Amino acid sequence: MLTVITVTLLLVMVLALIRAFKGPSVFDRVLAANVFGTKTVLLIAVMGFLFGRPEFLDIAMIYALINFISVIGILRYFEFTHGGKAEDET
Amino acid sequence: MDLFISILSGVCMALGGILLISGAVGVLRFSDFYNRLHAAGVTDTLAASLILFGLMLLSEHSGILLKLILILLFVLLTSPTASHALAKAAWKAGLKPDTSNDKPGQ
Repeated sequence: MLTVITVTLLLVMVLALIRAFKGPSVFDRVLAANVFGTKTVLLIAVMGFLFGRPEFLDIAMIYALINFISVIGILRYFEFTHGGKAEDET
Repeated sequence: MDLFISILSGVCMALGGILLISGAVGVLRFSDFYNRLHAAGVTDTLAASLILFGLMLLSEHSGILLKLILILLFVLLTSPTASHALAKAAWKAGLKPDTSNDKPGQ
């Protein structure tokens, strides 16, 4: 079951990457990064159980925090500079 | 009893996997940014908590259980906040949702 979940998580991360490349506006890419980060947390936790290494859960915990802070940091930057103009980038 | 727990964790993780796939397809195929944000936020939080609950059932040592509970707490607290910040930033930046197929007068 753990391997099935690992494969599903990797598939979901690929889909998030596709959205990151395709995303018209900047915020789609930030959304894809957020989804990717949350799935990484789950992947590390599941891999910890898969390889029987409970220390992975600490890494997953830290990664959950860093992912949140990075998304908030990126948004603070993009909040005012990248207005509706993002549409005409494509 | 042990068999029941492993079956329950398998079912939880299977449900989490299905929700993960639906969330990812939703993020990929929805037309508008705010639809994608909704799809990502909803299934992302529920699928993560289902999978983490499935892992909790598998964990024997109480230390592992505590770490998993902390991870679940962090994800449940940070994911909605990040989605809210994302929507606020997008709205303030002027990204308008496309109301093309809204029915008038509703």
